[in-house]
Amino acid sequence: MTATLSPTEIVVCSLDRLIPGRGVAALLPDGRQIAVYLLDDGSVHALCNIDPIARAAVMSRGLVGDRGGVPVAISPIGKQAYALDDGRGIDDEAYGLSVFPARVVDGTVLVSTQPAIRHQTSRTAA
Amino acid sequence: MTEHIVVVGHGMVAHRFVSTLASRWATADLTVTVIGEESDPAYDRVGLSSYVGEWDRESLHLEDAQHAADPRVTVRSGQLVTSIDREVREVELTSGERIAYDTLVLATGSRAFVPPVPGHDLPGCHVYRTLDDLDGIRAAAERAGAGSHGVVIGGGLLGLEAANAVSLLGLTPHVVERNDRLMPLQVDAGGGHVLASLIRDLGIEIHLSITGTEITETADGVSVRLTDDEGVTTVVDAAFVVFSAGVRPRDELARLSGLDTAERGGILTDLGCRTSDPNIYAIGECAAIDGTCYGLVGPGYTSAEVAASTILSGEGEFTGADLSTKLKLLGVDMASFGDAHGVTPGCLEVVVNDPVAGTYSKLVMSDDATTLLGGVFVGDSGPYSLLKPLVGRALPSDDPISLISRTTDAGPGVGVEALPDEAQICSCNAVTKGDVREAICGGACDVADLKSCTRAGTSCGSCIPLLKQVLEAEGVEQSTALCEHFEQSRSELFEIVTVTGIRTFSGLIERFGHGTGCDICKPTVASILASTSSDHVLDGEQAALQDTNDHFLANIQKNGTYSVVPRMPGGEVSAEQLIVIGEIARDHDLYVKVTGGQRIDMFGARVEELPVIWKRLVDAGMESGHAYGKSLRTVKSCVGTSWCRYGQQDSVGMAVTMENRYRGLRAPHKIKMAVSGCARECAEARGKDVGVIATETGWNLYVGGNGGATPRHAQLLVGDLTDEELIRYIDRTVMFYVRTAERLQRMAPWLESMDGGIDHLREVVCNDSLGLAAELEGRMEAHVAGYVDEWSAVLDDPDKLARFVSFVNAPESPDPTVEFEEQDGRKVPVLLGSPAMPARA
Repeated sequence: MTATLSPTEIVVCSLDRLIPGRGVAALLPDGRQIAVYLLDDGSVHALCNIDPIARAAVMSRGLVGDRGGVPVAISPIGKQAYALDDGRGIDDEAYGLSVFPARVVDGTVLVSTQPAIRHQTSRTAA
Repeated sequence: MTEHIVVVGHGMVAHRFVSTLASRWATADLTVTVIGEESDPAYDRVGLSSYVGEWDRESLHLEDAQHAADPRVTVRSGQLVTSIDREVREVELTSGERIAYDTLVLATGSRAFVPPVPGHDLPGCHVYRTLDDLDGIRAAAERAGAGSHGVVIGGGLLGLEAANAVSLLGLTPHVVERNDRLMPLQVDAGGGHVLASLIRDLGIEIHLSITGTEITETADGVSVRLTDDEGVTTVVDAAFVVFSAGVRPRDELARLSGLDTAERGGILTDLGCRTSDPNIYAIGECAAIDGTCYGLVGPGYTSAEVAASTILSGEGEFTGADLSTKLKLLGVDMASFGDAHGVTPGCLEVVVNDPVAGTYSKLVMSDDATTLLGGVFVGDSGPYSLLKPLVGRALPSDDPISLISRTTDAGPGVGVEALPDEAQICSCNAVTKGDVREAICGGACDVADLKSCTRAGTSCGSCIPLLKQVLEAEGVEQSTALCEHFEQSRSELFEIVTVTGIRTFSGLIERFGHGTGCDICKPTVASILASTSSDHVLDGEQAALQDTNDHFLANIQKNGTYSVVPRMPGGEVSAEQLIVIGEIARDHDLYVKVTGGQRIDMFGARVEELPVIWKRLVDAGMESGHAYGKSLRTVKSCVGTSWCRYGQQDSVGMAVTMENRYRGLRAPHKIKMAVSGCARECAEARGKDVGVIATETGWNLYVGGNGGATPRHAQLLVGDLTDEELIRYIDRTVMFYVRTAERLQRMAPWLESMDGGIDHLREVVCNDSLGLAAELEGRMEAHVAGYVDEWSAVLDDPDKLARFVSFVNAPESPDPTVEFEEQDGRKVPVLLGSPAMPARA
């Protein structure tokens, strides 16, 4: 690892563990969990893994795509979409997901344990 | 004081009367008693012929015929009214019971007319009128066996329906008609000629201009002597004779009680449907409204509504009847409307007679060729539905021939736009274009909406194409775009994939779509790719397209755990396998439930447990049941001949064959099948997308049934098949469905939306009308040959196995948020943020 890890970052996995267009779940040191997605363009994104509507830790198992050009992750339970960049609910603005900064360094996926954007509805879980 | 209405007769018209009354009397203080003579409540007599082959009385019953939920209505079936005492206002039943009425409605219908030919009352003579009549004809046909003949007296609409039934029963029909052509009331001489030749082509014998008929009894049926107007005699040895030479109003009850009747029969009423007794009404075929009897259901329904209106408000007036006719019998189209015979003085006729194509079309116009008066269509009734509403109005074109010539597929040179608001779109339910437009303005945006809010299209269904056209004409866009990323429909994308050979979602969206996709188009494309190859659904880029169930090859449940369903073809399972299932459930603490499809479902498995569970199931000889996919689910079966006293064929063996053949096939929606070993239908095959019911001599194939919110009975596609024919026809049907259905469209709505419906499907599947049969079969063969159990394939592939972990960075840690509790001894998930139920004190 040549890159410098910031104190709030953890190593999730090597990039080749991710399938473009899908997510994986990762456990944070404090027991919270996040969904990490790799998009077709090579970018990685991380959201809270708890579906705020279904109240189950499933977001990592949903599809990704776009709604009107906005990249989204879609709940596998209720099919609600959440923007990958700011976590807002596209179908229901009352619900949103916290967003965790994620990046790839030398083929390794790193995610910050401090959310860049917190959402009220998901705060209890992540 | 509560007013009591007694309705005598429980046919379609009586049912319409009670339904109309019930929908409008919220405030009136009324009770209704309906007394029906037949053992069945009101049924679709117009659809009587569809009883042949399926022999399912219930499928013909009219919706809510018993008015079960309405305490104000009492229906008494199987009871006959013998007299009316108008003095004290009571009717008497055969049982001697007397029922008092305030208002009496006679809906006694009509009886089959039996011409007084010698021998007409022999045991081998039947009429074609009720379900019981058809049962009698069926029994006679079965006694006689295939290859026998059946004589039908009467070459009109009913006679041809009866001939159709005789043909379906496997006998050669002979149609006997007094006139020099078939359907003399509806069709002119030219059309009758084309009609006769089309019907002869179907193997039906036609005897025209018959002036003398004599029936004598023989050892195994009847002998029918037919003499034509030239004195030539033909003798037909037949199993039976069916009289369908018209109907006569049943007015004897009215005559007995001294009500006025019309000169040529029928209970005389005024335009409000009141008889000569102000407390008695007559509706439907027994009524001579202002002196005229109408033998069609359309005017009958109108009279029912008029009577209901008169009774409730004192106002109701019968304003004439639509006597147009359209039928599709034996695959032959026939329609006539308005002044079909051109009796209007000075009228002009335009005729297109194409004996090569087997079509005949005629328009009747006013003497100045500007006003449409009527028309006849034989062989192709395409222009009928658009032209019929224009009767009495200006012709929509200066070139009348263009309206009826079959030069293009686009149909007649007139659009629905040309119709005035008063034009009837649905004559069964008297729904005008104005009614339809009003419903559209009120928010109806598809055919289903229009059906529920106007009743249009709910009877014979022939106006459904017109409803679509009105929607389009009103600018209601019937978008077929799959989603925001693809303008194309699923069926169009299927064709694109087939034709271009594109095998990736990225390639497809790059060339034919835009954006990056979504939860609608990705799984749809995944399904299309899976239907067109035998690649594993988790191979390569396809893995990213699968909805979560397909991605994890198990069914996600509300708390993110999965349920696992091994395949049990035909519901068969060995004791060893049952023990393995029990051990797995015990070791993983799973909740177990037997499903509605004769399988066992284990709930509560965490994602990382799935491979371990599959491994044990696969080792026990089981495989994925695809309970998660839009694919073949189960083929349910009864026990069939191996154990059942009544079984006629090996239904379990056939179910296993079918399930093993179609397992894993990805489709627009889930597919359920069932095989019943006899007509008792223990497997409930007619509630399935594909249903098979054994007969004494083979298999009957039904398609397009389903349960769910809008249950449908499957329709008979073809009967009496051998094992090989059955599989071949299912192959073709299912592959045709996979190829042409829209996203999440099950077979019932697919069939419903298909132009021509079941008849078209039958043409495609049985007569290969599209020339697709070989390709469809080939695709199915490729699917069968390429099938691999999806669970085994994951177990054999370390890369895929690695996806089945709880956390990518902590594969050993189970998801801490997954919790269960016991409720009434049953394991249930606890969702985050919802505290476990407090223990009961």
